[in-house]
Amino acid sequence: MLNNDFFINTVRFIALVLLQILLLNNINFMGYINPYAYITFILVFPLNANKSLLIFLAFLLGLTIDMFMDSGGVHAAACSFIAYIRPWILKFSFGVSYEHNTIRIGKTSMAQRFSYVGVMVLLHHFILFSLEIFSLEHILLIVKSTLFSGIFTILIVLGLIILFSRKN
Amino acid sequence: MQQIIYFFIRNKNFLLFLFLFAISLFFTIQSHTYHSGKFVTSANFLTGGIYSFESSISDYFGLEKQNLKLVEENKRLRTQLSQLTENVTAKVEDSIFLNSRFRFRTAKVINNTYSKSKNYLTLNRGAIDSISIDMGVISPKGIIGIVNATSENYATVLSILNTESQINARLKKSNHFGSLVWNTKDPNVAQLIDIPRLAPVVIGDTVVTGGRSTIFPEGVLIGTIKDYNLEEGSNYYDLDIELFNDMTNLRHVYVIENLDAEEILELENAVDDVEQ
Repeated sequence: MLNNDFFINTVRFIALVLLQILLLNNINFMGYINPYAYITFILVFPLNANKSLLIFLAFLLGLTIDMFMDSGGVHAAACSFIAYIRPWILKFSFGVSYEHNTIRIGKTSMAQRFSYVGVMVLLHHFILFSLEIFSLEHILLIVKSTLFSGIFTILIVLGLIILFSRKN
Repeated sequence: MQQIIYFFIRNKNFLLFLFLFAISLFFTIQSHTYHSGKFVTSANFLTGGIYSFESSISDYFGLEKQNLKLVEENKRLRTQLSQLTENVTAKVEDSIFLNSRFRFRTAKVINNTYSKSKNYLTLNRGAIDSISIDMGVISPKGIIGIVNATSENYATVLSILNTESQINARLKKSNHFGSLVWNTKDPNVAQLIDIPRLAPVVIGDTVVTGGRSTIFPEGVLIGTIKDYNLEEGSNYYDLDIELFNDMTNLRHVYVIENLDAEEILELENAVDDVEQ
C-alpha cells in the first residue's frame, strides 16, 4: 500500500511539472494570464500523510518549477506556504470529519471541494505574485493577476480532480 | 534542555516551513539582484534538455514565419552589402569593415517568457560555445537582452522585458541618449527615459542602441517612438517605444561578443582605482 502511494505520487509529481512547463506556461491567455495547475499535487496529496513530508515535497515542487521559469524562489515559497496551512484549510472546508480519514477529495460535495480548492489556489497565487512583482506600488497588478490566473487555475484543478478521481 | 527538545518536536512542521520559506525568499531576493551567481536558473542540464526537446517539436509550427523573417533580413543585408561594395570601390580601402570589434554567434531560443514582470529567455548555446555573461543578444529585427547566466550547453538571457533591465539607447536622428526600461504593461512597448527636453522628439522616429556600453555595438535597432510625455517641471521626456521585435515570437538570435570589452573595462577600472 505504501509503495503504491509512493509510485502514484512520484508519477503525479513528474506529470504535473511537465504539464505545467510544456503546456500551461505557453497559454498566455489575453497576453499574460497563465494557470498554475501543478499545485494539484499539494491539493490531492494523501490527507492522512506525514505533514512534514508534504511541506518538503511542496518546496521541492516549487523549486523545480522555479528552475524552469527562472523565477528565483517564488513558487517554492508559495508552495511551502500552502502545504503548511493545508490542515487548517481542510478543517475550514470539510469540517472536522477530515481528521478521521473518512473523506476522499473526489467524493466530497461540489461546494466543499470548491471552497477548499479556491482558498488554496488564491492564497498560493497571492503569495506568488506578491513575491514575483515585489513592490507595493503595483498592488493592483498583484490583485488582478491573482484573480485572473486564480480563476483559470481553479477551473483546471477542479477538472483534473474530476478527471482522475478513482471511481469505486 | 528537555523543554527545548519538546518545543522543537511540537513545532517541527512550523520550523520546517519557516526554514524552507526563508530559503525560497533568499533565492527570490537573489534573483532580483542583477547577475550575482545564481543557483536556480533554467541554464542547467535537466531544464535545458527538456526545453530543447520541446523546441525541437514546436519549431515546426513556426517554420514559415521564421523563414520569412530570415529572408527579410537577407534582403536587408544584401542591399547593405551592395551599397557597401559600391562605397568600398569608390573610397579605396576602409579597414573598419575588415577587423570588426564584434563577433557574432548564432543561437536558438528554446524558452521565452514575456507575461511576467521579470522575463528571461533560454538559449541552446553555452560556455562550450564561448558564450559568457554580459554578451548582448539581438534578433534579425533588433535588440533582445543581455546574457546573465551560462552553463556548459545553455545560457539564460535577461530580456529587455524585465524590470531589472536598463539599456543605453539614443534617438537615431539627434544622438540624445537615455535608458531603455520596461513598465511591465505591454510586451511590445518599452519605455525610454531620461531623454532631455531639448531633444527633438517626433512620433515615429527610430531609436537605436547608444554604443556607450561594451555590450551592444552602436546603432542596433530597437523600435520607433509611439508616444511621448513631458511632465510639468521635468527636464526629461518619458517615451513609449514600439519595439521592432515581436518579443512573443523569437527563434533565431545572434549573440554578440565585444572583443575589446575586457580591455575597455580594465582601462576604466584602472582609472577608477587611481581616483579613489
